[in-house]
Amino acid sequence: MSVHDKTVSELAAGLAAGDYSSEELTRACLQRIREQGSALNAFITVTEEQALDAARVADQQRAAGRAGPLTGVPVAHKDIFCTRGVRTSCGSRMLDNFVSPYDAHVVERLNAAGMVSLGKTNMDEFAMGSSNETSYYGPVKNPWDTRAVPGGSSGGSAAAVAARLVPAATGTDTGGSIRQPAALCGITGLKPTYGRVSRYGMIAFASSLDQAGPMARTAEDCALLLEAMAGFDRRDSTCVDQPVPRYGEALNRDLDGLTIGLPKEYFGEGLDADVARVVDAAIEEYRKLGVAFREISLKNTALAVPAYYVIAPAECSSNLSRFDGVRFGYRCENPRDLEDLYKRSRGEAFGAEVKRRILVGTYALSAGYYDAYYLKAQKVRRLIRDDFLAAFNQVDLILGPTSPTVAFNLGERADDPVSMYLSDVYTIAVNLAGLPGISHPAGFAHGRPVGVQLIGAHFDEARLLNAVHRYQQVTDWHTRAPEAFA
Amino acid sequence: MSLSNEQVENIAHLARLGVNEQDLDTYAVNLSRILEFVEALGTVDTSAVEPLAHPIDMVQRLRPDEVTESDQRALFQSVAPSVEGGLYLVPRVIE
Amino acid sequence: MAWEVVIGLEIHAQLATRSKIFSGASTAYGAEPNTQACAVDLGLPGVLPVLNAEAVNMAIKFGLATGCTIAPRSVFARKNYFYPDLPKGYQISQYELPIVHSGEVLIALEDGRSKRVGLTRAHLEEDAGKSLHEGFEGVTGIDLNRAGTPLLEIVSEPDMRSAKEAVAYMRKIHSLVRYLGICDGNMQEGSFRCDANVSVRPKGQEELGTRTELKNLNSFRFIERAINFEVERQIDVIESGGQVVQETRLYDADRNETRSMRTKEEANDYRYFPDPDLLPVEIGEADIQRARAELPELPDAKRQRFMEQYGLSESDAGQLTASRELADYYETVVEASGGEGKLSANWVIVELGGALNRDDLDIADSPVSAARLGGMLRRITDNTISGKIAKDVFDAMWRGEGDADAVIEAKGLKQVTDAGAIEAMVDEAIAANPKQVEQYKAGKEKLLGFFVGQVMKASKGKANPAQVNELLKKKLSD
Repeated sequence: MSVHDKTVSELAAGLAAGDYSSEELTRACLQRIREQGSALNAFITVTEEQALDAARVADQQRAAGRAGPLTGVPVAHKDIFCTRGVRTSCGSRMLDNFVSPYDAHVVERLNAAGMVSLGKTNMDEFAMGSSNETSYYGPVKNPWDTRAVPGGSSGGSAAAVAARLVPAATGTDTGGSIRQPAALCGITGLKPTYGRVSRYGMIAFASSLDQAGPMARTAEDCALLLEAMAGFDRRDSTCVDQPVPRYGEALNRDLDGLTIGLPKEYFGEGLDADVARVVDAAIEEYRKLGVAFREISLKNTALAVPAYYVIAPAECSSNLSRFDGVRFGYRCENPRDLEDLYKRSRGEAFGAEVKRRILVGTYALSAGYYDAYYLKAQKVRRLIRDDFLAAFNQVDLILGPTSPTVAFNLGERADDPVSMYLSDVYTIAVNLAGLPGISHPAGFAHGRPVGVQLIGAHFDEARLLNAVHRYQQVTDWHTRAPEAFA
Repeated sequence: MSLSNEQVENIAHLARLGVNEQDLDTYAVNLSRILEFVEALGTVDTSAVEPLAHPIDMVQRLRPDEVTESDQRALFQSVAPSVEGGLYLVPRVIE
Repeated sequence: MAWEVVIGLEIHAQLATRSKIFSGASTAYGAEPNTQACAVDLGLPGVLPVLNAEAVNMAIKFGLATGCTIAPRSVFARKNYFYPDLPKGYQISQYELPIVHSGEVLIALEDGRSKRVGLTRAHLEEDAGKSLHEGFEGVTGIDLNRAGTPLLEIVSEPDMRSAKEAVAYMRKIHSLVRYLGICDGNMQEGSFRCDANVSVRPKGQEELGTRTELKNLNSFRFIERAINFEVERQIDVIESGGQVVQETRLYDADRNETRSMRTKEEANDYRYFPDPDLLPVEIGEADIQRARAELPELPDAKRQRFMEQYGLSESDAGQLTASRELADYYETVVEASGGEGKLSANWVIVELGGALNRDDLDIADSPVSAARLGGMLRRITDNTISGKIAKDVFDAMWRGEGDADAVIEAKGLKQVTDAGAIEAMVDEAIAANPKQVEQYKAGKEKLLGFFVGQVMKASKGKANPAQVNELLKKKLSD
């Protein structure tokens, strides 16, 4: 049985047709994770027993006529989502021993939809990174070339989906952490509008930017998953109480009359020429589908990364204060006193990048610097959002490269945090503005996948998914598998 | 903006973050580089701009005043580093 | 040199909500440690706060009662610091935009005048847990049941000029929050706590002196003593050529002294910023109207009404309205007594007040219910008993011997009003004291009291004094 190359919707159809049971499917995925996954280090924890139990329950549900569209389909969760009874490490030594006492809202919803969780995927520590090299559990390798990074921070999810270890996975995106690894691994990943998906149970990095979303091979699958993940949750004050559209129903709409903006700032200096050629080819495909393009300007683009690297560290410095060695998580050996307990527990359990960001954030919020850094960054944040709002008065969607380059090599940017930060130059502004964005595969450059990003107006996920789905019906980039994992 | 090792130590103390003596130089260099990088923010005039804390303009939703949680101490303390008699233990706090 | 004392208070009132400010855990006092600390209160990874509607409503009520501006938009901020009883490493509070601000209360001064004390602001925040040092060797135990209990921090202007004024202000706020039903005011359990900012300056100087913050002032007695001690200390420091250091000082009630809280002086840098997990709180006219409709009659209005409706003095009305429970008790007595406002006031203040004081009881624990006290007063006004006998009846009721009628019946205390019986006793008294009769008739009219006494003694106090008086006068002038 060769199920690994099937998409979520194909598997759902196969399960519905009785071609295989969820238990058979789950066993096949687990076997593939064991045999082919270890080279990638995409998983931190594989929950074989729970997965098989869940698969059997799914099969019973189906037998009882209570199956939904996702019942019995395997999924993997980024290890940032709390999973009851399962270690939830967030890629950190700090939570290496943390077995979550509760499920995140996203996990609850996908469980309720009957999906079978295979385990927890590797990630940059506390989602801080763009290469998956900051994980306590070691870097994830890119299935297209194991010398390359998979991107980050949802690198484990991206690599697992790209290597056909699992048909879909959850991710989170604070500055590009779904879209950038999706691009670098050649899959489709959607960051929804801020507030579309509950953040409850998703370990916070930067609360005003974090958003959970689906990572899969196709826009169609992302639509199915988002419909199951999204929805009002009274436990998250920032989660919107708005009905979730039937994303699947909008997928096939005609793109005639759709206007997409091309921000000139996204095609300038820093963009790899070969990546640019791939993006241009994608634009041509969209044009053939009836899309009209026009140039727009997002004039504060250059300020997005600097604003982000004040706001995100500031929020993270406060969000990560709860990791103090008192109620859960790592505690240092034999603390001399309270201060020693705090300093050594946090000093020993957080990695270098997390510490850097805590320090930057602490500094940006401290007396005398707050106005110059944090307040200033929040003002710039409004300018950036307003640029987008103005653009969406002229165009329906915005398109550009997801990342300025293809996947870089492991270790290549590890020494210079700022050069690493710049790999998110096209994705970060979307988080600052709270917009939905999707990355889909559009070709290759330097032998590695290239992603194209589409950005929508607030709560316009349906249109993003529609556009990408139509593109994927006339192209086959999303069906390409890395040779070693075909 | 360039940070001295002493400044890094002070920030690390505020954040209760143990930083090894030998890593201070690297942190100082890295942090200084990041701060230099974000100084680009100063190039734009924001005197008439209101800060934006949340990307979506929404107001706080209120929760009815109802007790919805029951005791889960045993479960929560099963992941705690040190407990006794239902209390979390820390090295003695001197007031 | 003459010194002027400047005091501002920060009062923390725990709001009497059922659940916590940001979680659905119970706020009930006294549970086993950490059994009322839910995932949100513990700050587990991934949890988020959602604001309790009733905490907002209570803050609005306080704002309305103190003439504050209710902010149409207020914002929660994080106050960042590390302490084991602060689970998240930050306290959710309000900083730049508090929920209510710019109000005032009037306090009564000892000389009878009243004084305005400005309220800078009152803001919502979450309480921390408790650190327990007893019973462990070298370690501290942390109980987070209290973590997340809603607090209203009420910040006054530095308008008070003596410890007595500070106490009067604190009592005023204490009475107000209990009237409003937004705080139980229990100081032993920490529901109502106070910090004081104290400074001194030479009389006539405009500029404020350096202040110290006194913590842990958890009774009306302590606050007065602590401030007085601190004022003396500051004056001593300055007069001996030193300078007051701006610092936090802890009041030690056992030693009656204040001492510096931190040996290592460390500048606090709380790194306040808007909490990204919470959105701006908007309060509209409808919310304010709803809160206003729920407001009870407040102490000042009630005092005024008592003066007008029951003809009480300002002092009596003030005493009776000091707490809502006492005022309610009084009004029940008035009603049961058949509308005897002044008589009821005397009995509640003097007899009941004295007895409560003597036995160290709260009005809520009074062995004599308001209805019974009122019923007894009815027996005074209908001449069943005299005011003097009534004291015995009251004592018996206090001891739990039943209501007034039962006590009067059981002890045979019913007043003698039978004219014939009284006349007989009067005649007897006159006949038995011819010398005094002579003196009286010669003009020594104050001997009337002597004869009244004789008759009352003969009647064991039960003769109606008015009748006795009248009859004696008549007979002696014959």
